[in-house]
Amino acid sequence: MRLVIALPYVWLATFFLLPFALVLAIAFGTNNPDAVPPIDLGVSLKNFTLLFTDDLYLAAWLGSLRIAATSTFVTLLLGYPMAYAIARARPSVRPLLLMAVILPFWTSFLIRVYAWMGLLASNGILNQFLRGTGLVADPGTILGTEWAIHLGIVYAYLPFMVLPLYASLEKLDTSLLEAAADLGASPIVAFLTVTLPQSLPGIVAGCLLVLIPAVGEFVIPDLLGGTNTLMIGKVLWDEFFLNSDWPLASAVAICLLILLVGPIALFQRQQAKNLERQ
Amino acid sequence: MTGRARFTYTVLAFGYAFLYLPIALVILYSFNESRLVTVWAGFSTKWWSALFANEAMLSAAWLSLRIALVSATVAAVIGLAAGYALARVPRFFGRTLFGSLVIAPMVMPEVVMGISMLLLFVGADQIVGWPNRGFLTIAIAHITFSIAFVAVVVQARLADFDRSLEEAAMDLGATPWTTFRTITLPLIAPAVGSGWLLAFTLSLDDLILTQFVAGAQSETLPMRVYSSVRLGVDPQINALATIIVVIAACALIFSAWLTRRKA
Repeated sequence: MRLVIALPYVWLATFFLLPFALVLAIAFGTNNPDAVPPIDLGVSLKNFTLLFTDDLYLAAWLGSLRIAATSTFVTLLLGYPMAYAIARARPSVRPLLLMAVILPFWTSFLIRVYAWMGLLASNGILNQFLRGTGLVADPGTILGTEWAIHLGIVYAYLPFMVLPLYASLEKLDTSLLEAAADLGASPIVAFLTVTLPQSLPGIVAGCLLVLIPAVGEFVIPDLLGGTNTLMIGKVLWDEFFLNSDWPLASAVAICLLILLVGPIALFQRQQAKNLERQ
Repeated sequence: MTGRARFTYTVLAFGYAFLYLPIALVILYSFNESRLVTVWAGFSTKWWSALFANEAMLSAAWLSLRIALVSATVAAVIGLAAGYALARVPRFFGRTLFGSLVIAPMVMPEVVMGISMLLLFVGADQIVGWPNRGFLTIAIAHITFSIAFVAVVVQARLADFDRSLEEAAMDLGATPWTTFRTITLPLIAPAVGSGWLLAFTLSLDDLILTQFVAGAQSETLPMRVYSSVRLGVDPQINALATIIVVIAACALIFSAWLTRRKA
């Protein structure tokens, strides 16, 4: 029994917890391009000061939060009716409908983002369609703008929103809705007072599952966004791979972690509560 | 048709069109004669032949497959242990920390995990001259984030089923290990199986973590695809995408069949 606990414990402590201690230590160091690895250890706040005073980094922080928040909201608006429709479908077709939501998640993330590159390019499929049907004579280019990033996030993370929403909507007691209707509530009032509050755990879980990875997203802004759009995940990547500034990249990682520690803790608490309820 | 049914159909039609239309177009354009994604120039399988003659792509795919096999298998074992501990051991030292450690990799931004694991490997290499970055470091990274997914599936399955069978076996004198082997494991095998598949898929698909820990010598399939699509649309990637979608569909159907059989 001890081994059963010790094996995952030791593994995760070594390869998950310990590395964070290293990141923290190196975030206070300075960049030294001549050393191997390019780090001088030390106790300097230089990296953190830079992150919170330089306009470029501030713009990246705010941009990430704004883009992640609006995309999460749009994903919720799109995912809620879908989850609701699946939960209200005939029980025999529900597994099939759910599987169809999960399938894109099993295909490659990179490929799903790539799919939008061909769609959104200046003479891509979408613009050809718009020109061909005469809907828009001169559509601008979506690829390379913030619109494309939003679209990419909504598309890539939609399954993460639908699944927890479905889980909470499926458990919904329909007799409560009938009771509300009997007591004279209109469908909208019944939805707002019965369905929505009951599905709140699903809403919270779904939004966190989209918001947390979206804030640190790299692939979507890199492939769909333009050079003007700054997101913090891409900043970290560029500091590390292009500028080889490991200490600054580590400081970005620490700040990102502090920013997300609240949402992550909330998600963990909710997971634990869910399991206890079972 | 009632108003409600019409609402349901409209929502589902729109939602699934949004999910599948981009994928369908990627598949369609893998058979396009022209290199340009904008022009349909007739049916051709030349991008498919080019893909199967692309040595760099093939060796990257082979490396990815081997890493996925190893990391999914190790993650299934460790994840099974973690899920079992969380579901069946109510009290042990540092249980709260343990629970957080198991779930946290699911929601940790990948860039953060990537840089932290790389620093660990570089540090270890400086001090003890090991490990060299490549197959081993990529596998370790993939195992670390896959454990969570196996553990959650196993834990949910264990929380679901009747403990009286396990208790009966123990009452009849079976050791905990025998009970686990003959009662618990067969009951949760489907969960471990779908956890393994999930870990396998996640490993095959991972780009960010891999890019950090891979070193200069190794290139996995997502790394190869990424460096190719950065330069723009490439019909060979469309052909590859088609293969991935077909395999994913088969894996999902197989996994659904596994779960269905248990029920």
